[in-house]
Amino acid sequence: MSTIAAGWISETIPIAGVAMPVARSGDGPPLLVLHHDIGTLDRLPFYDALARRFTVLVPSHPGYDGSQRPDWIRNVRDVAAVHQWLLGELAIARAPGTVSVVGLGFGGWIAAEMATLAPRAFRRIVLVGAMGLKPDRGEIADQALVSYIDYVRLGFADQRAFDRLYGADPTTGQLEHWDLNREMTFRIAWKPYMYNPALPHLLGGVAAPTLVVWGRDDRIVPLECGERFAKALPRARLEVVEGAGHFVEMEKPDALAQLVTDFVRQGEA
Amino acid sequence: MHLMYFTEQPMSAYPEEEGRTFGATALMFSNRFFDPAAGSRLYNEYLEHYRLAEAVGFDGIMLNEHHNAPFCMQAKCNIFASILAATTKRVKIVLLGNPLPLADNPVRLAEELAMIDMVSRGRLVSGFVRGGGQEQLATGVNPAFNRERFEEAHELIVKAWTQPGPFRWEGTHYQHRVVNPWAVPLQKPHPRVWIPGVLSKETIVWAAKKRYPYIALSTAIEATKKIWELYDQVAAETGYAGGPEYRGYLQRCHVAETEEKAMENARQFMWMQGEFTGLAHPVWSTPSGYFSPSVRTAFVEYAVGRRSNPRGSAFEDQIKNQMIVAGTPKTVIPKLRRLMEETRPSILGFWGADGFVSSEDTKTCIRLMGEEVLPALREIGKELGLWSPFEANAPVSMAFREPAAPAHERAAARHAAPLEVS
Repeated sequence: MSTIAAGWISETIPIAGVAMPVARSGDGPPLLVLHHDIGTLDRLPFYDALARRFTVLVPSHPGYDGSQRPDWIRNVRDVAAVHQWLLGELAIARAPGTVSVVGLGFGGWIAAEMATLAPRAFRRIVLVGAMGLKPDRGEIADQALVSYIDYVRLGFADQRAFDRLYGADPTTGQLEHWDLNREMTFRIAWKPYMYNPALPHLLGGVAAPTLVVWGRDDRIVPLECGERFAKALPRARLEVVEGAGHFVEMEKPDALAQLVTDFVRQGEA
Repeated sequence: MHLMYFTEQPMSAYPEEEGRTFGATALMFSNRFFDPAAGSRLYNEYLEHYRLAEAVGFDGIMLNEHHNAPFCMQAKCNIFASILAATTKRVKIVLLGNPLPLADNPVRLAEELAMIDMVSRGRLVSGFVRGGGQEQLATGVNPAFNRERFEEAHELIVKAWTQPGPFRWEGTHYQHRVVNPWAVPLQKPHPRVWIPGVLSKETIVWAAKKRYPYIALSTAIEATKKIWELYDQVAAETGYAGGPEYRGYLQRCHVAETEEKAMENARQFMWMQGEFTGLAHPVWSTPSGYFSPSVRTAFVEYAVGRRSNPRGSAFEDQIKNQMIVAGTPKTVIPKLRRLMEETRPSILGFWGADGFVSSEDTKTCIRLMGEEVLPALREIGKELGLWSPFEANAPVSMAFREPAAPAHERAAARHAAPLEVS
């Protein structure tokens, strides 16, 4: 992240030889937010809404959003292991079962991998339009075949939301940024594209209660994947957000923040 | 001079309007528009053209391959190389080349190339390429690792050619328990390797470090000069002098009986202009990770339609800057002299025709080239001192500092007068 909004601090934490940037805001129980394959804008109303109730931690995946690109990271499980290590380095998130996670799209896949690597690590899990499972009927939309702009637009049900956030005609700087993120996505998720055939077999061990959220009009990851996550995870339910596409947190920030807050705060002491 | 004949082997027999409607003639332009009856006819015409090229005096046949696109029907250059190995007698079979990153088993490639070299009695020149952007998508190969795979596959193939097996290979992209191909090339130390390219500085530097000739694919004269400047600089740093024997150039060049006919047919070079030749799709031809980071800005803008293809330009401009040469033998010779004087290549490939140019006109072009143009170019080459790697007896590479020769001839030569090997 190049600039940090008011109320946010950014630090860089060395993990496995990688300088990992982590943005942090708010106080309250720790909540890890894992961003999409397209990276994240520096500031989102969704993050600010969560920061009112949680200590929100938004790391950049290695190689995304201008962060250091380690040559050796070659699959999504490597990224999941790096994030698990990161949690161990953060005092607030260190004790097992204290931190909750919100995984957005591709970040949802990483969160699911993290949960299967350490089934008791998370207190609660929210997966939003998560990649990671192969759809039975449809396909996960392949960004390799469409332009940067078309891919991101595909993730919005309402194109006006895209225009508000990125401008109707995004800058060349933004395109280069998407290209770098896309290159890193190819490095770790090229084939099979955006899923791990082992994942459905491993989700059964995840102990944490999980909320699976899907935009009704998600054209990037079919809703059937949400149904499959909800079925494979032992303590999960599916919530569908009307009027949203893949990028639920950008189209319906308040609704999603409310769902996350209500779900994560349940059972708090 | 080493003078080669080349064609992209265009699949002109497809409904052009369908391509324009679809917006691209690449990757996902449906192969239901492919006509195998026309394909069968065209493949055989191209074979006839190659044999004619040998008969009229070309030194080499240059072959290449592309995937999922009508601009090039060759999906595997080793197949045509195999046919030519058996049906020609004299010409070098110059593959420019096998796209290494697309290979999941480079040892298999090493074997195929060894077979071609033996069947042709040592006439193989084995170029290697990275493959076009869309080729990565057509074959499902990760564009982000294109260069890594290229370099590792090259290293493995050269080792398989030159080091007796069995050995084990534990690389980043390739792992082989046993590398021990029964077939090895006839030429020792190994067949010559030439590296074609268009744009990437990295490839020029890599070729120069290896001491492999670099073949500039239809770049403009000024751009070509910059390529040689860089190549020669790296050569000097590497410890040898660059120069003509390391310089190749592919020239689009159509020759006909009249200027009018030549110009009319030369327009067919624009048949599918975009990336090289195809009506390229800006996204598919530039997958992320494929291009060098130094040109990221240009290609992201191209990918969303904010700038034209960094490679494309109009027909009139290409005639003017000699990226396309067309005319009668009398008028093309001075133009080619200019190219030779200004850029000093010793290897010249002539891409004779494209698109819908008829087989008869293509044969006329090949015949006029052979009878009138090539002899003149050989004289100019002598005058300018443009000695090809074969004439200069240049070493095959930095690693193997001796020229390539068929094993038996080399043994005989050694017997008579031992070669100096450093």
